[in-house]
Amino acid sequence: MELALSPEDAAFRDEVRAFIAENYPKEMRVPNPETDLTKEQSLLWHRILYKKGWIAPLWPKEYGGPGWSITRRFIFEQETSRAGTLPPLAFSVTMVGPVIYTFGNDAQKQKFLPRILSGEDWWCQGYSEPGSGSDLATVRTKAVRDGDHYIVNGHKTWTTLAQHADWIFCLVRTDPSAKPQSGISFLLIDMKSPGVTVRPIITIDGSHEVNDVFLEDVLVPVENLIGEENKGWTYAKFLLGNERTSMAGIGRSTRYLDRLKKIVKAEIAPDDPAHLEFSKEIGRIELDVLALEATELRVIAQMARGIDPGPAASLFKIRGTEIFQGITELTHRAIGNYGLALREQPLSANQFMPGPDYSHTASEKYLNSRKLSIYGGSNEIQRNIIAKAVLGL
Amino acid sequence: MDIQFTEEQELLRSSVQRMLRDQYSFEARRKIVASEEGWSRKQWETFAELGLLAAPLSEASGGLGGGPLSTMIIAQEFGRHLVVEPFVETVVLVGGLIEQAGTEEQKQTFIPDIIAGQKIWALAWTEKDSRFELANVATAARRDGDDYILSGQKTAVVAAPWADYLIVSARTKGSRDDRGGVSLFVVDARAANLDLRSFKTIDGRRAAEITFRDVRGELLGGEGEGVARLEACRDRAIGALCAEAVGAMAELNSATLEFSKTRKQFGVTIGSFQVLQHRMVDMFIAHQEALSLMQHLSLGLGAGESGISRLASGAKSKIGYAGRFIADQAVQLHGGMGMTDELNVGHYFKRISSINIQFGDPAHHLLRYVQLDAAA
Repeated sequence: MELALSPEDAAFRDEVRAFIAENYPKEMRVPNPETDLTKEQSLLWHRILYKKGWIAPLWPKEYGGPGWSITRRFIFEQETSRAGTLPPLAFSVTMVGPVIYTFGNDAQKQKFLPRILSGEDWWCQGYSEPGSGSDLATVRTKAVRDGDHYIVNGHKTWTTLAQHADWIFCLVRTDPSAKPQSGISFLLIDMKSPGVTVRPIITIDGSHEVNDVFLEDVLVPVENLIGEENKGWTYAKFLLGNERTSMAGIGRSTRYLDRLKKIVKAEIAPDDPAHLEFSKEIGRIELDVLALEATELRVIAQMARGIDPGPAASLFKIRGTEIFQGITELTHRAIGNYGLALREQPLSANQFMPGPDYSHTASEKYLNSRKLSIYGGSNEIQRNIIAKAVLGL
Repeated sequence: MDIQFTEEQELLRSSVQRMLRDQYSFEARRKIVASEEGWSRKQWETFAELGLLAAPLSEASGGLGGGPLSTMIIAQEFGRHLVVEPFVETVVLVGGLIEQAGTEEQKQTFIPDIIAGQKIWALAWTEKDSRFELANVATAARRDGDDYILSGQKTAVVAAPWADYLIVSARTKGSRDDRGGVSLFVVDARAANLDLRSFKTIDGRRAAEITFRDVRGELLGGEGEGVARLEACRDRAIGALCAEAVGAMAELNSATLEFSKTRKQFGVTIGSFQVLQHRMVDMFIAHQEALSLMQHLSLGLGAGESGISRLASGAKSKIGYAGRFIADQAVQLHGGMGMTDELNVGHYFKRISSINIQFGDPAHHLLRYVQLDAAA
């Protein structure tokens, strides 16, 4: 399914496609790019895109964005995801970058934006806390003003890839007496500051993606405050809106479905009734993908005509994640007994894994993708958003 | 896929909307359904005057050339109002078949009367053993001079009690499932030896069991071409039925939402309960996805894309399941009121149930979607 493209946009699509084919690093084609790459390896593609000027499609031209139309941004997103490239770190480019150029001061823009674009700084997100998950407005990490500094104390958790991070953007409480939403500020903290400790959290797939981040009497210069003190909730909500764009994940789901079909073909004899059962389940997911893709194209076409998509991002987040969870679950079932095996982390070259190559990451993908309906605003929170904003409930 | 409707299409939509709002309220429909005939010739004439019966047909045969997109626009609004008159049967199915398969003479004889609203047609292809297989035909036709003589039985032929003419599939050679042995025939619905037993359908329409005892028929299209013709015709019909379903789903969603904002239990509106809010969000999403798929299918039908038949089956399945989900939940959330004949909700439920049977249920089309992929 394709957007009806102008000749110029079609030429742009071909250019993107060719650029990926010629430039995407071979070292990044590993069994599970999300967990198997070192920090340096995962930055290779980021740096190539940076050199090309394509690293930050969302950003305005004055801050280093390519100045693309909505249609071109969509084409770029579609081509990179169809080709299975690892997206640049969202926390840096999609999340904190836009907050800094939208709400930050000139000094902050000059200091941080170029380093985000070049990949020099790796950012992580200090939002969730042990007591604040979906109810983010209750964050308790405290920042107390002391001259030119804040003294920060608290505990952030589920912090993705904090082990690599140079900086963390944090929601901190600066006014404990105000209503929950009104006493929060948005603070940028150097991870090398004394008092910052990162402790790994190992998830059910065996991987180390998320962490606890402890902040003990961390001194943060006042110049690292974004916007106004106690207005952090506004900036946080702005950022969450960006986080949920392109959550439909059509390209990824399509690739994984194609792979699943091949696995079923290889694993289950065509005259086995189970084959038909799998085919039907795959067929239903394929139709879910098709309907979601048609919806995404409808929304993109509307946006290109200047129509506000409303909370369409919430719909894409819900359905995109449900679909991908379904695909990984079916894939794990399709490999039968080999679904018992799970790769050991950290990976080593001489580790024995039974079964065909395609089965080796099925267990961990299945387990890891359970997170999708929880993070970025759980799917229940997304339903609350649609209920309120669209249905007026 | 950028579905920006043309001015003409927007005009068509708004004129259908206005006409139905003025003349086809739920109460007006109730009277039509309860009448002796079970449909309204007066309404049909209004449709003809508005050009709806000409809209999808080609300009060459006197139509307006709007194709599947105009069918979609009309059927969506008809779905919103539960229109019982046989638009899909007479215009989309039969009009399309005559246009595709008929001789010049047949087109000139039959199509102007369809467009003018003078004649009603129905398509008789289902038999007691056929279920949803177009090639499974036992009704037989043997040649007699220029004509053919038909004998056999057709079952659950929607709109047949209203029809002046039928198009009937019958076997001219081969055994029961032989695709190449089926041909199509034009039959006068009032012919002698044609026995028609009428019954009411769950969605307030009329259908018939038909027995042919040596009934004369006129060949439509080449001998043996019947199944291929019917397949293309089924794809177009699915486009229309999906649009009707999407229209009905939109009405169910807005009725349910409205009800949840006024109905009070435990001292609060039931729309304040999170479990029902999330249910209605899922109904909203199901409708959005169905709408997108409906548009995607109609665009493909209009462009004559290859692989459209597989997509038609996919859409029939996905939209069928979505419709069933929404209809189930609309009745459930309305509680006892949803069970009553008085409220329109149950009637939308029944219309969606009927659409889900015609030309194959969601499970049938899921299988077909999967099997066409394996065959590719």
